[in-house]
Amino acid sequence: MDTPLLTVDHLSFGFHDRPLYSDLSFTLARGSMTSLIGANGVGKTTLIRLIMGQLAPQTGTITQAADMRLGYVPQFRNIDPEYPLSLRSFIQLNQRRHWHPWHTTGEQRELDAVIAECGLTARQHQLLGKASGGEKQKAYLAQALLTRPNFLILDEATASLDINTKTELMTLVRELNRQRDLTVLFVTHDLELARAYTDQYLLLTPAGHELRATTEMDAAHMPAELRPTEEVR
Amino acid sequence: MFAYEFMQNAFLASTFIALTTGIVGVFVTARGMSFLAHTLSEIGFAGAAFAVFVGIRPLDGMLLTTILSSVTVGKLSVRASRREASISAVSSLFTGLGILFLALSAKSSSYATTILFGSIIGISRADVWQLIGLAASVLVTMSLAYRALAFDSFDAVGAQAQGLRRNLIGIYFLLILAVSVSIGAQIVGSLLVFILLTLPPSVAKYLGRTLPQMLAISVGTALIGVWAGLVLGYYTNWPVTFFIAAIECAFYFGALLIHRRRD
Repeated sequence: MDTPLLTVDHLSFGFHDRPLYSDLSFTLARGSMTSLIGANGVGKTTLIRLIMGQLAPQTGTITQAADMRLGYVPQFRNIDPEYPLSLRSFIQLNQRRHWHPWHTTGEQRELDAVIAECGLTARQHQLLGKASGGEKQKAYLAQALLTRPNFLILDEATASLDINTKTELMTLVRELNRQRDLTVLFVTHDLELARAYTDQYLLLTPAGHELRATTEMDAAHMPAELRPTEEVR
Repeated sequence: MFAYEFMQNAFLASTFIALTTGIVGVFVTARGMSFLAHTLSEIGFAGAAFAVFVGIRPLDGMLLTTILSSVTVGKLSVRASRREASISAVSSLFTGLGILFLALSAKSSSYATTILFGSIIGISRADVWQLIGLAASVLVTMSLAYRALAFDSFDAVGAQAQGLRRNLIGIYFLLILAVSVSIGAQIVGSLLVFILLTLPPSVAKYLGRTLPQMLAISVGTALIGVWAGLVLGYYTNWPVTFFIAAIECAFYFGALLIHRRRD
């Protein structure tokens, strides 16, 4: 069997007066699709910062596979309606293999491919500031994909979207997961999406954590904040 | 017109300055730093006045003060809640210092006009070479840092997520902004240097859709403004700065109108 892409072993971390995890252990297999769920303030974003190496574990270890290439799609983006660049130009910002200002034909082709993969070809010359929420999220995703990651972290990517757009975006992520053998960690509050589109979930609660297959998910045992009835947007 | 060396000098210097401010300006507006450009120009005014007082060239004094203060002023303006008050405080202090140095050097009126409103007609060939050298240093380093600078300026969150060294990029940009403000002030003066650093890029923001388009529009708008300003100034004997300001404003409102129509 392949080595896992990410192994978290007996990790503990907390801020001064607020311990977050005391003994967190889990592994993410290559090509797996995992939801990271938990109430606000339980430490989901902190866990991501630990995985990304922006914070150091207080005890325990986080081991990345040698070939892990991380792509991260952050939760908040400050794109105002007057934002001047097209979707294509925005996505291209992350193309940094060469240093020179002009982009090579090879880079343009690579960009075309990612834009097509994310279903944005027809809309690529549209201004990002005027794009819909779903198109914006796809553009953020495409931008992160340009560096050819094999591990993608999506931080609340669907939070502000309507139900159809959520489904469309998650279908795309699922396809990328299969076609690129992309390991996905999907941070969400949405149990329905977690169940429908990811294989397993990592639930963080103040009392501890659990990693299970989404087929075993029992909404009734979830923290109140996460239950579907309260998730009407 | 081009038979006169002072007009050759003016055109040569203006071309390089417009090229630099047109390009740097696109990043100034993308980073939301127009106000900072304005503050740096007031600091530059104090520096130029100080230079007059101690007997060095105004441009050198301006470069010295803007470069030394740029990083500090940049830090002061990071937090939006404090930005306006801090910036106003710094601006008034330096404007006051500028007036003080001019008064102490007892050359106030003509020098004040020159520093505040520019004097591109009448610069020497040696000045031209210095301006071209400064412009080239900004443009060459920018071409090396272009992709990182573009990412950080147009998508700070994404750049952060991709692990770019944003602090370093921020400091580098403040330094080239300081140089751009100082050289831009040689044409239109420190009071109006933000014309060149903010109006052409704003036109570009309304009309362009890609970064290369924006850079081309911004540089084009800046160049047309300074060239036409020099020609009109030559034939009318009115101040070049007036024409540049009027032309850039016309471009700006024209672009705004087109932008509104499209929406």
